[in-house]
Amino acid sequence: MTFLAKPKLLRPDTPRNELGFTRRDYEGAVSTLCAGCGHDSISAAIVQAAFELNIEPHRVAKLSGIGCSSKTPDYFLGASHGFNSVHGRMPSVLTGAALANRSLTYLGVSGDGDSASIGIGQFAHAMRRGVNMTYIVENNGVYGLTKGQFSATADKGSKSKRGVVNSDSPIDLVGLALQLGATYVARSFSGDKEQLVPLIKGALRHNGPAFLDVISPCVTFNNHAGSTKSYEYVREHDVPVNVVQLMLPREEITATYPPGSLHRVTQHDGSVLLLRKLGEDYDPTDRLAAMSHLHEHEAKGEVVTGLLYVDPEAQEMHEHLHTVGTPLNQLQARELSPGSAKLAALNDSLR
Amino acid sequence: MVVPQFVPGIPSPPPPRWWKRSPVTAKTTDELASIGIVVGASWNGARAFTATSGPGISLMQEFLGLAYFAEIPAVVIDVQRGGPSTGMPTRTQQSDLINCAYASHGDTRHALLLPEDPFEAFEFSALSFDMAERLQSPVFLMLDLDIGMNERLSKPFEWDDSREYDRGKVMSYEELEAGKDFGRYLDVDGDGIPWRTIPATHPSRGAYFTRGTTRNPYAKYSEAGNDYVYNMERLRRKMDGAGAILPQPVIKAASQKTNIGVIYYGSTSPAMNEALAELSSQGVHIDAMRVRAFPFAKSVGEFIAAHEQVFVIEQNESGQLRSMIINELEINPAKLVKMVHYDGTPITARFICKSIHKTIAGESGKPALKVAT
Repeated sequence: MTFLAKPKLLRPDTPRNELGFTRRDYEGAVSTLCAGCGHDSISAAIVQAAFELNIEPHRVAKLSGIGCSSKTPDYFLGASHGFNSVHGRMPSVLTGAALANRSLTYLGVSGDGDSASIGIGQFAHAMRRGVNMTYIVENNGVYGLTKGQFSATADKGSKSKRGVVNSDSPIDLVGLALQLGATYVARSFSGDKEQLVPLIKGALRHNGPAFLDVISPCVTFNNHAGSTKSYEYVREHDVPVNVVQLMLPREEITATYPPGSLHRVTQHDGSVLLLRKLGEDYDPTDRLAAMSHLHEHEAKGEVVTGLLYVDPEAQEMHEHLHTVGTPLNQLQARELSPGSAKLAALNDSLR
Repeated sequence: MVVPQFVPGIPSPPPPRWWKRSPVTAKTTDELASIGIVVGASWNGARAFTATSGPGISLMQEFLGLAYFAEIPAVVIDVQRGGPSTGMPTRTQQSDLINCAYASHGDTRHALLLPEDPFEAFEFSALSFDMAERLQSPVFLMLDLDIGMNERLSKPFEWDDSREYDRGKVMSYEELEAGKDFGRYLDVDGDGIPWRTIPATHPSRGAYFTRGTTRNPYAKYSEAGNDYVYNMERLRRKMDGAGAILPQPVIKAASQKTNIGVIYYGSTSPAMNEALAELSSQGVHIDAMRVRAFPFAKSVGEFIAAHEQVFVIEQNESGQLRSMIINELEINPAKLVKMVHYDGTPITARFICKSIHKTIAGESGKPALKVAT
């Protein structure tokens, strides 16, 4: 694909965040994905979220597995270290990285093939272990890099581009994440930036495993009539549970809402999630209710989106393991080595 | 220190009370997760290791290739038992050498450390982290099950309190700030070992995208043949150089000049020492070399060149170290006599003496070799 490199010069009125960064500072290399790919919209949403959150780009570590989705970390946050690991194993690599330095923000990007098929084991264990991360699955129901075979999240009855009907039951990663103990669970749509950006912001500020399933149509292999992961299908069947807004600790809440229409969830770091209810009374802090709401609507062929569940009191892996506050990668030999006297005592105990 | 460990069935043992500050032991789902955590933690600048046995090494292959190609330090302890498959899970062998030395698809070569007893295993454990960070590559600490799980007499372990970690070539904030050129896969020093950065070191310099795909010296994705070849040649240079910095072989010269040599390693030591003394008293004089690491030191080839016939004593069926020597050093196979003991019991001096006597005497009973007497 040919492209024009963006000019380095900025207009004086280019918006800057509190740290003085422009959006450009959160961008990466030019995408090599197909034009119109939902994944590029998600990359743009990540850029926007990181810009609005005033994140220092170099204090983010972005990790991925293998697939179209896993290529994307090259296309955002160019000043962050990135790691394109092996197929389905991003969660373990990210777990190791998070163990080594608890002070960074960890963003794992994966796809439906990467997380629901080959990597379902590692996905499950990262969720239940409580790794402090934002786990985004760019879900299109097909293997795009290898020409569009169904993945494990493809709905039963969904039709492939060649007219083959999928006969296997789908794996619902949102349902699994809820069951496995993820403490921030959301679903969104790559075509709905207004919903997606605040959900990513909330996830990045969440203390614990935050899981986001983002339906992201594959324009090349899965965007036709009969597919349940097409732009058209998702737009028609999208049933959002709430409208999310993330307020940083110092931000003033100015908008007014009618009483009873708003859920206010204060996260561990002081950020506030404002969740405006839509239609029925939905409580996003009730895990069981979230699961049954999800299943009820899925049975009707609907796609439930929004912030489905959040536990503001969530703890993360380091708290479970009682590790020291200092990032482990900054501990020096004198702090790590027990020394010769301790060794002599150990030797004596074995005589 | 991060220690991911797959512990099937039993809870992970708590770390000793005095070791409360440093390590994290993470119980994992399987060996794939263990090595994944090691790779992630090492990439992010912590030291990490995992311990396993042959089946675990088989499971880790893809990640080991990634660590080799993306150049991420990783320490793996392998307690070698009888394979293949579940084999003889409670018995000792030295049968994972080739699987570890060339782990993963494509052209790879990994560093192996071959300690002879618990004392050397302790020394090499500490060394393995320095070597993994120096080489930015996986390092295997190869324990024979007889060392790794059985009771064994050992000298008390020693520790030098003035010892510092060797973190290898890690570019600092100051160097990046001063504008030092950073190419993650650039051979700046000619030894094949590039410089790395730890995530979050500098706000605007030194970030790169780590991947298992080919890239240019500045870590940009590339499908260009010359970038691939540059990288492979650099990796070869790097691992060729490893032979000089890894533990050197220990040579025990016979009391008289001889044209027979013996090469052995690992837990064979006590049996070998006894056999050498016994053979010497019977007038059979043999120079002995205990190999302690792979890639091989230069002296391994020199030792073989200096002898007419060299016995290679091993505890596996196919003579894996012998194959590796032939493969790596291009030695005439006829010069290296395979002597293997692999029924799962520890090798004995009696076996070694008997095998050597038999070979020297030849099938017909006539001496097949000139033996210095």
